[in-house]
Amino acid sequence: MDYLDHLEAEAIYILREVAGQFEKPALLFSGGKDSITLVHLAKKAFRPGKFPFPLVHIDTGHNFPETIAFRDGLIEEIGEKLIVGYVQDSIDQGKVVEQKGKNASRNALQTVTLLETISKHGFDACIGGARRDEEKARAKERIFSVRDEFGQWDPKRQRPELWSIFNGRINKGENVRVFPISNWTELDVWNYIKREQIALPSIYFSHEREVITRNGQLMAAAPFLNMDEEDVVETKSVRFRTVGDMTCTAAVDSTATALDDIIAEIKASTVSERGARMDDKVSEAAMEERKKQGYF
Amino acid sequence: MNILKFITAGSVDDGKSTLIGRLLYDTNSILDDQLEAIQRANRKNDDGTVDLAILTDGLKAEREQGITIDVAYKYFQTDQRKYIIADAPGHIQYTRNMVTGASNSELIIILVDARKGVIEQTKRHSFIAKLLAMNQVLVCVNKMDMVDYSAAVFEQIKNDYQQLAANLGLQDVDFIPVSALKGDNIVHKSERMLWYSGKSLLDYLENVEIHENQAANWRFPVQWVVRPQTDDLHDYRGYAGRVLGEGLTVGDQVIIYPSETYSTVKAIEFNGLQVDRAENGQSVILHLTDDVDISRGDTIANVEKQPKFERNIQANVCWFDNKPLDTEQIYLLQSHSKLTKIKIVDVLYKFDINTQEKVFDETIKLNDIGRIAIKSAENLVFDLQAENAANSQAIVIDPRTNLTVGALMIQAVD
Repeated sequence: MDYLDHLEAEAIYILREVAGQFEKPALLFSGGKDSITLVHLAKKAFRPGKFPFPLVHIDTGHNFPETIAFRDGLIEEIGEKLIVGYVQDSIDQGKVVEQKGKNASRNALQTVTLLETISKHGFDACIGGARRDEEKARAKERIFSVRDEFGQWDPKRQRPELWSIFNGRINKGENVRVFPISNWTELDVWNYIKREQIALPSIYFSHEREVITRNGQLMAAAPFLNMDEEDVVETKSVRFRTVGDMTCTAAVDSTATALDDIIAEIKASTVSERGARMDDKVSEAAMEERKKQGYF
Repeated sequence: MNILKFITAGSVDDGKSTLIGRLLYDTNSILDDQLEAIQRANRKNDDGTVDLAILTDGLKAEREQGITIDVAYKYFQTDQRKYIIADAPGHIQYTRNMVTGASNSELIIILVDARKGVIEQTKRHSFIAKLLAMNQVLVCVNKMDMVDYSAAVFEQIKNDYQQLAANLGLQDVDFIPVSALKGDNIVHKSERMLWYSGKSLLDYLENVEIHENQAANWRFPVQWVVRPQTDDLHDYRGYAGRVLGEGLTVGDQVIIYPSETYSTVKAIEFNGLQVDRAENGQSVILHLTDDVDISRGDTIANVEKQPKFERNIQANVCWFDNKPLDTEQIYLLQSHSKLTKIKIVDVLYKFDINTQEKVFDETIKLNDIGRIAIKSAENLVFDLQAENAANSQAIVIDPRTNLTVGALMIQAVD
């Protein structure tokens, strides 16, 4: 079997296991390429039936407008249910406090909104687009990853995962994060997007944008960024390699306007995908710590 | 381009992490920011080169303790293949981790330290390979630089290992002399072992063929029933699942378990299109000619090659839980999409994993491997490991904790 067929068949199998094993699953949808790929895989797993789960978006309020427009268009096209959890609501209710200072981001606040959304709707499984090649803590996480009542991941207490038999049994209050594309690499995702002709938000492709350079990274000049006189706004030809919210996702210099250009660019790249994520750069174990708190 | 999944097995100081690090490094699979992170960590070998082992250390706790606590999966690819490496650590929890990693691999690389030769650890790893019916074994004799790249040392280890393989009944075994630290025979053929005429490790991995079971013995565990129940698809009823084994073709006569009813494959659907055949590992939707009652957990199988359908079985088990196996307790057996209550009625014997001898000891504890007799609440659909390994596997779940406490490989009908 071709490698993309193999990865696809595995992901479909995992999605169907989620449908079969859980009472109230959800698909965490960020508007990024990985979760868009998950939606495509869900169509292959469940059509002509409906998805046995809604899509859930945790909205930091600091989105790229292109991502939100894309999200809404996709929902209309597939006719599935979308639930949005707003970080702004968590802020307004005093459950989280907005960070201050120049590098303030709502990235860390998302975890609270995510956990609240999970508990409010009683989701027992949340499907996510994380991949093991992204980051070293993710390399050790299971495909079915049990989170305790507080959403926490405990790397030392993971269940062994054998063959393709997934143990999704949990106690009340616990939930499982499920990662159907664990075994895909960034390049695999792009090759699959190309093969399947999956539409993506425009920000993945090269475009002219006002950016500032901060800590050596190109950040989109957005109103959410606390800018001061040191920040020089310039217009550059850029694209985004990964899409989080605007305060933590850096752009890369790029003239890649087509999928083939992007694939060539990634093959030639000497920096990893998450090299453009400010949220991972906080410390050596930034992702591991966030995961332990309940992050995606 | 296809996928090769392999596991590397070695004890703590065999240079396993260095080998994987070298493979990634020499295939340019490590990017600048990752290398920078390694350099920042400032771990060096004695000769001042970067310690590649750090590439496989994932977690903060592991870096702090200088150990690996869990199976990590690593990826790299060439123009030929995509590789998935299961990297299992080499200490206390080793058996559990290695069994887990091996269950997700097609090939096992067993590392032997050239200075030490075939030791107890080697025997243990090989025994686990046999236990999991891994057909393809590659022995990398590592640290050849420490024995002056001696052909005699390599040949001696090869002979010793062949003896072990024969005792265990391992089928396809190959040997490569390497130095992971110096890069000999990893990606490039070594200039320092001209007496070795075989392939480098990467060249071997690029070309090795995994012998798959080609018999027309497909089984189809149903995961999900697709029923749109819309006006235009009122009667649509499709059985979604992943094909296990070869030969599933439209028109096949089938038997459905547990109802033991018969029907015929009317159509195989994938992504809205109809196909004539489906191969091993494909996720598809099946349609049958008859309106039979089928739900998740049921199995559709080729009537010509029927699986076993029994309540009392014997299996090899590898135990994963801190709590020892309890013959009084009810456990759950999960095979594919089916959960069944079971009792482990008897521990027949245990394996001494260092000597592979049977030990008549009834306590099975964490990391132990033994032969058990199981009584199931209802008939199980399975094959024997010797006949169709993919359909002989199951996990044991403790319903009190929901933990996965054991891996099962069914050996016989009791």
